[in-house]
This record gives sequence, C-alpha cells and structure tokens, in this order.
Amino acid sequence: MPGTVPTFTTMATATRTPTPAPPDAGPRPRRGPLRTLWGSTIGKKAVMAVSGLIMLAYLLVHMFANLKVFFGPEEMNGYAHWLRTLGEPLLRHEWFLWIARFVLLAAVVLHGVSAYQLSRRDIAARPVGYRHRRRGGSYATRTMRWGGVIIALFVVWHVLDLTTGTVNPRGQAGHPYENIVAGFRTWYANVIYIVAMLAVGLHIRHGFWSAAQTLGVTRPGAVRLLRGGATALALVITAGFLSVPLGVMTGVVD
Amino acid sequence: MNLTLRIWRQADASADGEMRTYQVSGISPDMSFLEMLDTLNETLTERGEEPVAFDHDCREGICGACGMVINGRAHGPERTTTCQLHMRHFSDGDTIDVEPWRAAAFPVVRDLVVDRGAFDRVIGAGGYITAPTGSAPEAHATAVPKPAADTAFSHAECIGCGACVAACPNGSAMLFTSAKVNHLNVLPQGAPERESRVLGMVEQMDAESFGGCTLTGECATACPKGIPLSSIAAMNREYLRAATRKRGA
Repeated sequence: MPGTVPTFTTMATATRTPTPAPPDAGPRPRRGPLRTLWGSTIGKKAVMAVSGLIMLAYLLVHMFANLKVFFGPEEMNGYAHWLRTLGEPLLRHEWFLWIARFVLLAAVVLHGVSAYQLSRRDIAARPVGYRHRRRGGSYATRTMRWGGVIIALFVVWHVLDLTTGTVNPRGQAGHPYENIVAGFRTWYANVIYIVAMLAVGLHIRHGFWSAAQTLGVTRPGAVRLLRGGATALALVITAGFLSVPLGVMTGVVD
Repeated sequence: MNLTLRIWRQADASADGEMRTYQVSGISPDMSFLEMLDTLNETLTERGEEPVAFDHDCREGICGACGMVINGRAHGPERTTTCQLHMRHFSDGDTIDVEPWRAAAFPVVRDLVVDRGAFDRVIGAGGYITAPTGSAPEAHATAVPKPAADTAFSHAECIGCGACVAACPNGSAMLFTSAKVNHLNVLPQGAPERESRVLGMVEQMDAESFGGCTLTGECATACPKGIPLSSIAAMNREYLRAATRKRGA
C-alpha cells in the first residue's frame, strides 16, 4: 500500500538502545603535524628513530676516523686539525665543528627525552606484573633502556676525556693521538670504553631495525635486509671502536 | 591426568587478589583448557565454594572472548585461543599458573575476567567505514585488487582477544590497532577515512593508557590469528603519512 511504508527513521528509533554520549564527543581539535607527532606514542618513536639515525651516521664516520690512529700521530692530529678548518672560508674556524656538536646535542636530547617519556608510559601500562615470570625478547631488546643510560653516561665521560681533556692523564689540546694513547694506558679507561662500546653494539642491533619499522619499512625483502644490516652495522661499529684500545694495549699503537 | 592449578582469585575490581592453589583430577587429554576449568568449577560448586570466573563464548576460536595467561604465556603454550588449547599439551602432575591479562587498560573485573572496553573505544574512534547500510551493495560496484583483498582479510582475522596487550612487556595495543587500521586502510571502501581513521584510533589507543611499541615481537608471537609484526610498521607508515599530510577541509 502506498504511503504506509515505514521510514528507516522510525525503524531505527524503535531498535536503538539509548547509550550515554561519550564525554569527549564532538569534533577533535585539529593540531599541527609537529604537535600531533610529539603528542603520540608513534610520533615520539619517529623522533627517536630519526635522532637515532643521525647519531648512528655520526658514529659510523667517527669510527672510521678513529682508525687513523693506526697510521701514526701526524695522520690523526692532521685530521683533527682539518676538522676545525672544514667549510672554510664559507664557515669560520671551528664553525663546522660547533654546528655538528649542536645537531648532535639536539639529537641526544630529543632521543633521551622521548625515551624517558615513553618508558615511563610503558612501565605504567603494566602496573601489576605476572607471577609466572618469563623472559621475552632478545638480550639486545631487553637492554635498550639501561644500555641507553650507560651510553649517555659514557658520552659525558668521553667528552671530559678527549674533548676537554679534564679526566685525561695527558689532556693536551691539539694532540688527540697522544691523549688517546695516554688514556688507554690506564686500566679504567679501557674498562669504561669496552663496556660502553658493547652497549653501543647491542643498542644499534635492536635500534637500527626498530627505527626502520617505526618509519614504516614494510617490504619483506627490505625488512630482512635491514635486520641483517643492523647486526652487520653493530658488529662493524663495535669492532672498529674496540680496535683502538686493543691497539694501545697490544702496543700496535704507541 | 591430575594437575595442580595456581589461579588468580580476585572477588571484584577493588579487592586484593592472590594466587590460590587447586587440585584437579580425572582430566582427559582431549579436554580443552576451558573444559578443564569447567571440571574444576563443578568441584568448587559442589564444595560450596565460589567458581573461578572466566570469559568464554563460542569455544571455537573465533570470537575472542576467552583469554588467560597460562604459565606466563597469553593463551598458553600453543599458538591458539585458550578454548582451542587442549590438555594433551600438558603432562600428568604438571603445575599450571593461570592469571588474567595484565594491563592498566584492562582492569580485572573478577578472577580471570578483565574489562576490554578499551578495545571497543579504539574501534569507535575510526574502526569502521561510513557507508549507507541497508541491503547488500552490488558486489562488483567497487573493484578491489586481489592483493588488497588478501591483506585486508589477513588483518580482519584479528578477533580482539587482547593476547597482544597481555604478552607485550609494555602493555601496548599496537598489534590490535594496526590490524584494525590496516584492514580498512588497504581497501577502497576504507579510503575516504584513511587519514582520520589512523589518527583517531591511535589517539584513542594512547588515551587508554596502553604502552608504546618497542618492537620486542612478543605480541606477534602470542597472537592466535598470526597477525604479523610488520602490521605495526604498516600502521606507523599510515600514521606518519596522515599526521604530516595537509588536511583539507
């Protein structure tokens, strides 16, 4: 019969269960991309990924430059001097160095603050633990937080040791080769350095691959390559850095 | 089979809970884990004690209602739901620890029952498409490429049981949210809300006090439906794309 067909509105009303409106109903406030990213767990992880990759790129260059120690004092000290003149005459003396230091400091601060805030959140998300404890994840994965703290403390020591020379037994400005050799003749410098470099290796092993996942690498071939790449990168960087104290200890570098 | 069970007992959300020990006997290896708990509950009821409360519905591994942490593993030693876990995977004389999902976002209601309403609110923040409902649409009206259909289907397998959150050391819901986001974001039907979906669901996920992802892989190992860890990377990509995109009117 025309005109007697019930409308969808009346049907819907009849079957609808009244539910209280959620307290935060209504359009979401629109925020800028940076505030959206910094305010979310995924965005903060992306900040950690990018800052981590910047530091990793620096570490790779730093490690290769360290190998100059095997070619004698002129090579090493000459390279250190060249770093100060890099970019001249466009940049003034040491400007490049200070720009690099500023970028690295920003990366360290962003990486650390994100890690601290995310860790606080992660720990709060499991207020009651399981009685039946079971270890999960790889050793590299489990040691990311404390490993990061060890590396941060080492960076402070390292700057005091070989940048300012404060805690270096020789600490002569402009003579990095001699300072390195003098430092690694002490037992404590070797212990601190070796522990820190192992922590760096483990951190890279999980961090590099994680950064790729956080930034959205999904192609199976690429993921496999990056997983292997993370292990290779961790081994090369750790071995490269450790070769210097080993060189001094064995007398190859004198 | 005779077993010793250590089960988390908690009268209600505000009560203090504890692990209590029970003995069960006459368990057949063909029983499911839930049938074993049914046997225990019959004995408890006969003795005039309060039976152990646990969630369950279909008992076919498809609804996602059941779930408990068995010997420290979500859904127990096999990659399946608790209802599809059979007692043949245990040995006579075993001691089995049974605990509820543990996460700030999943408060314990009673014994092994937790409130997973947080998942519903994450879904409510974008896990749907806005299409007129009513009669089924013409099947060929929207062409879906086969790879997209397969990807969507494999993510749609998520039953929302919460094992990923229970297994994650950070109590993170990234695997669940990513399965739901990817399911709809790869389909043409989900395209109109591609950005608002991932932004809204991640915002709600963070608001529910789930932890963040540290890529330990525990979630994907525990998932009874085999949602892969790469699902999280795919959602990260969707999120970063949506967050950095100039949003139109």
